[in-house]
Amino acid sequence: MTEVSLVKAINLALARAMEEDQRVVVLGEDVGADGGVFRATECLLRRFGPERVLDTPLAEAAIAGISIGLAAQGFRPVAEIQFTGFIYPIIDQLANHAARLRTRTRGRLTCPMVVRSPTGGGIRAPEHHSESPEAMFAHIPGLRVIVPSSPKRAYGLLLAAIRSPDPAVFLEPTRLYRAAREDVSDDGLDVPLDRCFVEREGSDVTLVAWGAMVGEALKAADTLALAGVRAEVIDVATLNPLDSETIITSVRKTGRCVVSHEAPLTGGFGAEIAARVGERALLSLLAPIERVTGYDTVIPLPRLEQHYFPNADRIADAARRTMAYA
Amino acid sequence: MMSAIAAHFDILYSRCLDPSGRVVGALPDFARDGEYLTWLYRALVRARSFDAKAVALQRTGRLGTYASSLGQEAVSVGVVGAMRPEDVLVPSFREHGGQLLRGVTPLELFLYWGGDERGSDFAGPRQDFPVSVPVGSHAPHAVGVALALKLRREPRVAVCVFGDGASSKGDVAEALNIAGVWRLPVLFVITNNQWAISVPRARQSAAETLAQKAVAAGMSGEQVDGNDVLAMRAAAGAAIERARHGEGPSLLEALTYRLSDHTTSDDASRYRDDSEVTSRWQEEPVVRLRRYLTDTGHWTQQDEEHLLRETAVEIDAAASGYLATPAQGLKSIFDYTFAELPPELASQRDSMFANAKASQPSAETVSR
Repeated sequence: MTEVSLVKAINLALARAMEEDQRVVVLGEDVGADGGVFRATECLLRRFGPERVLDTPLAEAAIAGISIGLAAQGFRPVAEIQFTGFIYPIIDQLANHAARLRTRTRGRLTCPMVVRSPTGGGIRAPEHHSESPEAMFAHIPGLRVIVPSSPKRAYGLLLAAIRSPDPAVFLEPTRLYRAAREDVSDDGLDVPLDRCFVEREGSDVTLVAWGAMVGEALKAADTLALAGVRAEVIDVATLNPLDSETIITSVRKTGRCVVSHEAPLTGGFGAEIAARVGERALLSLLAPIERVTGYDTVIPLPRLEQHYFPNADRIADAARRTMAYA
Repeated sequence: MMSAIAAHFDILYSRCLDPSGRVVGALPDFARDGEYLTWLYRALVRARSFDAKAVALQRTGRLGTYASSLGQEAVSVGVVGAMRPEDVLVPSFREHGGQLLRGVTPLELFLYWGGDERGSDFAGPRQDFPVSVPVGSHAPHAVGVALALKLRREPRVAVCVFGDGASSKGDVAEALNIAGVWRLPVLFVITNNQWAISVPRARQSAAETLAQKAVAAGMSGEQVDGNDVLAMRAAAGAAIERARHGEGPSLLEALTYRLSDHTTSDDASRYRDDSEVTSRWQEEPVVRLRRYLTDTGHWTQQDEEHLLRETAVEIDAAASGYLATPAQGLKSIFDYTFAELPPELASQRDSMFANAKASQPSAETVSR
């Protein structure tokens, strides 16, 4: 067991998956000799060779489309899209093809592929490098959407995604790549998909988050604890298909719910969670559901970005509002 | 300042038979085999019969919106004629003739166009892709298939067909480019039928030919008379065998003409002169090959009558089979979303069952 960063955990999971399954190939821009701009694919080229680690020309739609062709032929492609700002051209491939190939052909052709991409802001990156488009993907039936919140979870969820027979988008929080460090055992054990994880138990308010916001929610829970408020923190981990049961069970217990994400408010995935809580836990609610999110604006460039992102303080404030309500 | 030619290229155009069925230039070797020629002819007639039946079914409310291949049957028939069974076809949505020749059944095609997903669960060519409706978006799939074949060192080829409209798309450009860089075993075929719904070829691209898009991708590009099935078969065969032998990808531009409306929902008279269509009927592929076969003694009036009867029986039986096939059970809406049904979807499915039962209280009529 060694302490590794989230990006190293991704690297370990990729190497493990390639080691155990010859069908796994990695492709994308600069994933070979460069090892990926964040080094997620470092050393893979040297270890597995140019037939399994493919530097592609600069063509996002084709990276996704080629992965579909490979997957339909029995490979297990893991594609990297360098930043989520460049991921929009592949929505066509994912929505029109990858996510529906099994349905369209009644299971004759399937699409076991993973698209990895860094997501979110907070690293003072240039324009188009800080977006959080998870809700767009979560709206596509048949596409699994996964956002890890820690090195351990990144390792296990990525292995599970690669082993899964369905297509998945795997969004890696950029700000955690190097900041989050944790003991990760490279044991090849995956973490179950389609499950929310209770990170911390509490009885007064449920804080729901994914990706980098899980850490902020945990910090908020620490702050709240100082004032005697016991917050339960849930890491959603897989957005689609959503494990609403874990969230509903928690809110029925606490009676209060704060959902947080970096993406804009309107149409964000927090709205889906709030709706489900409203449908299934309304009578348990002691206060309106709070959403702590980015704003419905273009994400600001680095000089102002800290004012855009939700953080532990905003989450704690929202939790206190729910406590004050009733 | 000095200047010199940095690169130059030519685009060859090939044709075996002129519109009247007369031979122009040397015929390919396979044309010496009369049986093979009649096999190609049968495939053209079968495509056209299927097409006529599909349009008739649609016009009488028994099939969904249908994209006819009238007049351009020779493109996919010629291309598929050059494929081996183990090759992989990645079609657009107007390659019915080629799909039938690959072993997709008329019943499956009727099911698909009649609104039933089982029509894409081909019993025959299991690895062929289903049609691709989003224009050109399937070109990268063929590249992925070709990459898989190359990585496994299998002597197989991916064949991708799309239209002149698709040739304007970015995903097609990306696909061609990567296939060129990686020298993949893939053949791209542009079925240039001169019309992308209402936009004519001249408004699609300022390039002199669409075949020359191959040059920018570093691969062979040629034009072929797409209404001449012999020329199509010959050009596709050469390109496919080059790909099979590790000599990389090719692009063929097949010059043909869409004699039909874009689909059964379209009315081409809104944007296209009937006189243009009338003159293009003089070049269509079925009559052209029949004239050649008749002139060379490979085909008689009796053969023709027999083939038309035989084809009508097959297509009518397939249509009846389609019409007699009940819709798939309701649960199929959910069954293929993921490999295993997630609990959330299971509860949505249950509510669908409940809704179906409420609107059709006779439980037997609701097939799960």
